[in-house]
Amino acid sequence: MTADAFAVGGRNADEPAMPDVYAQRAFGFWLYLMSDAIIFSLLFATYAVMARNNAAGPTGHTLFSLPNAFGETLLLLFSSITFGFATLAMKAGERARMLSWLLITFVLGLAFVGLEIREFHGLVQAGAGPDRSGFLSAFFTLVGTHGLHVSFGLIWILIMASQVMVKGLTAPVTSRCLRLGLFWHFLDIVWVGIFSVVYLPGIL
Amino acid sequence: MLGRLTIDALPFYSLIAFGGALVTVLGGLAVVAGITWFGWWRTLWSEWLTSVDHKRIGIMYVTLALIMLMRGFIDALMMRSQQAVALNSDGYLPPEHFDQIFSSHGTIMIFFMAMPFLTGLINIVVPQQIGARDVAFPFMNSVSLWLTSAGAGLVMVSLVIGKFSTAGWTGYPPFSGSEYSPGVGVDYWLWAILISGIGSTLTGINFIVTIIKRRAPGMTLMRMPLFTWTALCSSILMTFAFPALTVVCALLVLDRTLGMHFFTNGDGGNMMNYPNLFWLWGHPEVYILILPAFGVYSEVVATFSGKRLFGYTSLVYATAAIAILSFTVWLHHFFTMGASANVNAFFGMATMIIAVPTGVKVFDWLLTMYRGRIIFHSAMLWTLGFIVTFVIGGMTGVLLALPPADYLMHNTTFLVAHFHNMLIPGALFGYFAGYMYWFPKAFGFTLNEQWGVRAFWCWLIGFYLAFMPLYALGFMGMPRRLEHYNMAAWQPYLIAAALGALLILAGLAFLVVQLVVSIQERQQALDLSGDPWNGRTLEWLTASPPAPYNFAVLPQVRDIDAFYEMKARGVAYRRPDRYHDIYMPKNTGAGVILGVLAGLLGFAMIWYIWWMAIAVAVGMWAVIIARAYDDAAEYCLPAGEVEKIEARRYEALASAARTQTAGGRSFFPQQLPEGLT
Repeated sequence: MTADAFAVGGRNADEPAMPDVYAQRAFGFWLYLMSDAIIFSLLFATYAVMARNNAAGPTGHTLFSLPNAFGETLLLLFSSITFGFATLAMKAGERARMLSWLLITFVLGLAFVGLEIREFHGLVQAGAGPDRSGFLSAFFTLVGTHGLHVSFGLIWILIMASQVMVKGLTAPVTSRCLRLGLFWHFLDIVWVGIFSVVYLPGIL
Repeated sequence: MLGRLTIDALPFYSLIAFGGALVTVLGGLAVVAGITWFGWWRTLWSEWLTSVDHKRIGIMYVTLALIMLMRGFIDALMMRSQQAVALNSDGYLPPEHFDQIFSSHGTIMIFFMAMPFLTGLINIVVPQQIGARDVAFPFMNSVSLWLTSAGAGLVMVSLVIGKFSTAGWTGYPPFSGSEYSPGVGVDYWLWAILISGIGSTLTGINFIVTIIKRRAPGMTLMRMPLFTWTALCSSILMTFAFPALTVVCALLVLDRTLGMHFFTNGDGGNMMNYPNLFWLWGHPEVYILILPAFGVYSEVVATFSGKRLFGYTSLVYATAAIAILSFTVWLHHFFTMGASANVNAFFGMATMIIAVPTGVKVFDWLLTMYRGRIIFHSAMLWTLGFIVTFVIGGMTGVLLALPPADYLMHNTTFLVAHFHNMLIPGALFGYFAGYMYWFPKAFGFTLNEQWGVRAFWCWLIGFYLAFMPLYALGFMGMPRRLEHYNMAAWQPYLIAAALGALLILAGLAFLVVQLVVSIQERQQALDLSGDPWNGRTLEWLTASPPAPYNFAVLPQVRDIDAFYEMKARGVAYRRPDRYHDIYMPKNTGAGVILGVLAGLLGFAMIWYIWWMAIAVAVGMWAVIIARAYDDAAEYCLPAGEVEKIEARRYEALASAARTQTAGGRSFFPQQLPEGLT
């Protein structure tokens, strides 16, 4: 997830017309997000194909809990706002304020992952694990892939917080934070899709 | 402790399997012994394995491709010889082994021969063609290489430990599910292509950014060399098609490893989703393989006709149209699955439409040659052989695009003949043309021409002899992947096909001879000028082999044939007034370490060695995170150093000019470099 770890730029102050290396990294990261979006869209499509294949087992109507999904949604959406505040603080050069917003984002994201793990655990306990039916395989894989992404995002937030503390708001660090922001907001959008395609139709 | 890995995994159950394992192990040991004997370990590690230089990464990709070509070709030879003798008899290969061979043949040729070959050529050439010093993300480039190599390594390991998949290179469920293929074979196949597929996605991202953001000043999109255009379209396809492969493989892994029900027969599985997801990647993949070869042909045909490429704009639009249309035809791979007639009709028509831009390209190449001063260099021979042969394959493709005809011919050797007719002349001949065309750029001396021509004729005639009979056999109703048969009428055709395979074997041997002879006689074939063919594009402006930074001063581009235009103006070899410091990426072992760990992760997941999988995954994260803290990934090459390297370059150019005036060895007359004599 630390895609900038892969990035190295060539620059030469005397030479004209050398494009900005950070712009290249941002562009590369957008491309990564687009290919990741294809992974999610295929998982969505697979879920849509299999949503009714419950093999005489439990359906979304009995398994999903609206308060739980709504709580997860609130946590993730608020974490996007707090990440936005962290970005604003970073642009203003206020390191301490940025770190505290990053911390709040981390806590919200961790709570989201916690709720998801609790939900998955409950489902498996109730005999509705991913090996129960095609519908549940598709559900666990789609939602779980998103959850894994959020978990990687949490690790990345920790890494960036430590870099901000140790290295300060240098150009490479801020460019990484901006890409982390892209990643975090992207996961928000995917979650909105999951809420509307998986949970709402399942419950209603 | 070791999951399901036991001593039974070693191939002592069959003489042929044991022989294959022995050759693999002894070959590996011979390489290790050779490197130790010559004392090359340090150089190998510090100059090659850890290199992030796009040229070296490209050379390593092509080397991987050529090694895997040998392996994949041995598979082909075994299949052809089995079918030649297996009339009313079992032949020499048991069915289970035969099935592994056709599965590994397809897997290797697509993922570990063609993909590395084209990626290698793109790596060597594209940054030089666009006047750049390296790719946008050199470290990620190294990661891509080593992920691909890790996948190839897993396929080789399957020869020795355990068995390979018997489910064909497409691995359709339910046969590839755990119910019918409980062993490790399908897992080897899945993890090999999962890991290398991620490498290809990263390559795609890398080259889109490189081509869009790193072109030399003046090189607008419509001034890019055609190979760069095809590389761009191919990279876009890699970035957006490979995720589908990742998804479909991951879902099958979940089915097999965690007992999920994506593609199972019961419990709510939907096995028809598999071919859809697989070919959503698989059809664009065909164009990922073929477009760069089209790019090579375009460069070669212009250079060796001594003319500007005919219809540059139409070639660019044709390439882009093919790239877009390639996402709209995937269903033609399974017309017989039974979608409605209207769905089949749509995809049949889309398939026929995609032949149109391809036809445009063929006419452009023909018209480039028209009234040109054609030089029949071996690279040009591959191109001519391609044009004739590919048109035949294209027409059989249009035939297969008719759903009613497809119902008769699907799953027969007609289909086998068709796609080999597309991929051998369409892709492989192009890679060979690129190999012979750009070899001097990569290594500083030209390849032996005689052996190249001999290899070409063996490949071309061998191809016709091997695959034309399969068209006939398809009409006679012979299914593909048949281990033995009782139809006497088929045998003569199968013997002819086997003879064709032997001829191709000779072609392959001649390629090896060509390489050995060329290395031995390299002093007589040195490319001092860096421009052995009177080239037209910027890669011929650099030295052969190029300096690490390719261009001491970035070139100014004014034309499609940028280098040709610079030569015409007499500015191609002008010494700059002064040099600048150049920043280049530092070598790093992180890429190769990640590759090794990815290979181990695959191995652990194949054999269910969970502790090892966790340990390796943690290790991979540690490497990535450590790398994320590195803000000093570049070193500075001071201007003085650049000047020294460039001074040597100008000496070589002057010596090239002297040889030329003295009537020395030169492939064909060349009026440049001027002003150096």
